Amino acid sequence: MFQSQLSSRHLLGIKYISREDIELILDTAAEFKEVINRPVKKVPSLRDVTIANVFFENSTRTRISFELAERRLSADVVNFSASSSSVSKGETLLDTVNNILAMKVDMVVMRHPAPGAHHFLSRHIDANIINAGDGTHEHPTQALLDAYSIREKLGTVEGKNVLIVGDILHSRVALSNIFCLNKLGAKVKVCGPPTLIPKYITSLGVEVEHDIRKALEWCDVANVLRIQLERQDIRYIPSLREYSLYYGINKALLDSINKDIVIMHPGPINRGVELASDVADSGRSIILDQVENGVAVRMAVLYLLAGKVG
Amino acid sequence: MESGKVIVSPLRFQLTLKRLCHQVLENHENATDLCIIGIQDRGVYLADRLCILLDQMTGSRPFKYGKLDITFYRDDFRRRDKPLRASTTQMDFAIEGKKVLLVDDVLYTGRTVHAAITTLQDYGRPASIELLCMVDRRFNRHFPIRSDYTGIAVDALDQAYVRVRFNQTDGTDAILLFSGKQNM
Repeated sequence: MFQSQLSSRHLLGIKYISREDIELILDTAAEFKEVINRPVKKVPSLRDVTIANVFFENSTRTRISFELAERRLSADVVNFSASSSSVSKGETLLDTVNNILAMKVDMVVMRHPAPGAHHFLSRHIDANIINAGDGTHEHPTQALLDAYSIREKLGTVEGKNVLIVGDILHSRVALSNIFCLNKLGAKVKVCGPPTLIPKYITSLGVEVEHDIRKALEWCDVANVLRIQLERQDIRYIPSLREYSLYYGINKALLDSINKDIVIMHPGPINRGVELASDVADSGRSIILDQVENGVAVRMAVLYLLAGKVG
Repeated sequence: MESGKVIVSPLRFQLTLKRLCHQVLENHENATDLCIIGIQDRGVYLADRLCILLDQMTGSRPFKYGKLDITFYRDDFRRRDKPLRASTTQMDFAIEGKKVLLVDDVLYTGRTVHAAITTLQDYGRPASIELLCMVDRRFNRHFPIRSDYTGIAVDALDQAYVRVRFNQTDGTDAILLFSGKQNM
């Protein structure tokens, strides 16, 4: 018998869910993708559920994607962002969330700059918690939508060679992707300047390559990340121009490698830095498919967590 | 484990299938406007069989055939012991202005059919919706829903369980009555 419910009440990170959980989410997302391509892009499943989107960090894509997913499941939605809240008046995280929950909210989608904020919250509140990014730790729904997009494009994730390029040190997308791809049986390599690759990254079962050409020759899929200048307290690279020269991916580089490589990017793109426009807008790129799949995957996560009994 | 009482034998099952096809063709002489839609999962097994027979009878396939999953429309979401796993919806045609024939194996409380009608409305406005089912359990209906084409009407106690078996999935065509779901 197929598994029909998740093993966890929360989605705190990919590390804490099983391969079967991931596959259930991806299979359910495939059905929701059919829903969001219909004339009426809405189902009534979560009509008696209220969801709070609590964002303590800036977000455009993820917040809109979650909100669309929630509305397409017919949930009631309240939005909260730290800049316009009592947080600036000195309220603690637990007080803020408890105040929101007192208004009868069933699920909390949260983004927070502190790694582990969701774990802390899950020990103190009853509502289902979904991690929409916690600092440099995890961004589970991004990893799930990346895996879904790879599966959709290549038929399977198992056995594929996936390269993650860029600022691995500050990237929650990289960490969640590594957990997710490993669980689904893909081979993962990371590539970037030594200063932006964590020292013990190989203990997660990934390989490190500093030469972008060699790395691209190896991979089926390249997931290209942004240099997160806002998280860098010191200078890790001499300049963006130099980074672009050594690690930027452009059409000439890809053309010189005799291989069809799928290009992914979680956004926002810094065009001309990590990815040239002639690659980002080419047929190799599935960046906009990732965005579309993001809504379907988040619908699946919300649906499965809301339906979890016991 | 109970073996279940056979209320429809394999031979009668096939006769009933043929009768249902004739009844459908009687009402849809020109079947070009007809969309047969099986409700996942077991309604699809029945619809598959009907379509094979209808193909033979009409010599072609004037009608459209689709599969509808109603999991996201169920009214017992968050209220049952365990959530159901979603199946695939396959409808590569528009139902706007068409005559829809919904197909399910058993009509009991009517909640599945109610959810299916709600689902269909998100795909367009059909000219009409009819219902075909192999078994019509006439007791304990929760909604004012009836079947237009019925294989067999069964008047069984609420705790009893009626199972339609299909050759292509269960190895034999038959309808069985069990004293309870836990006994099958």
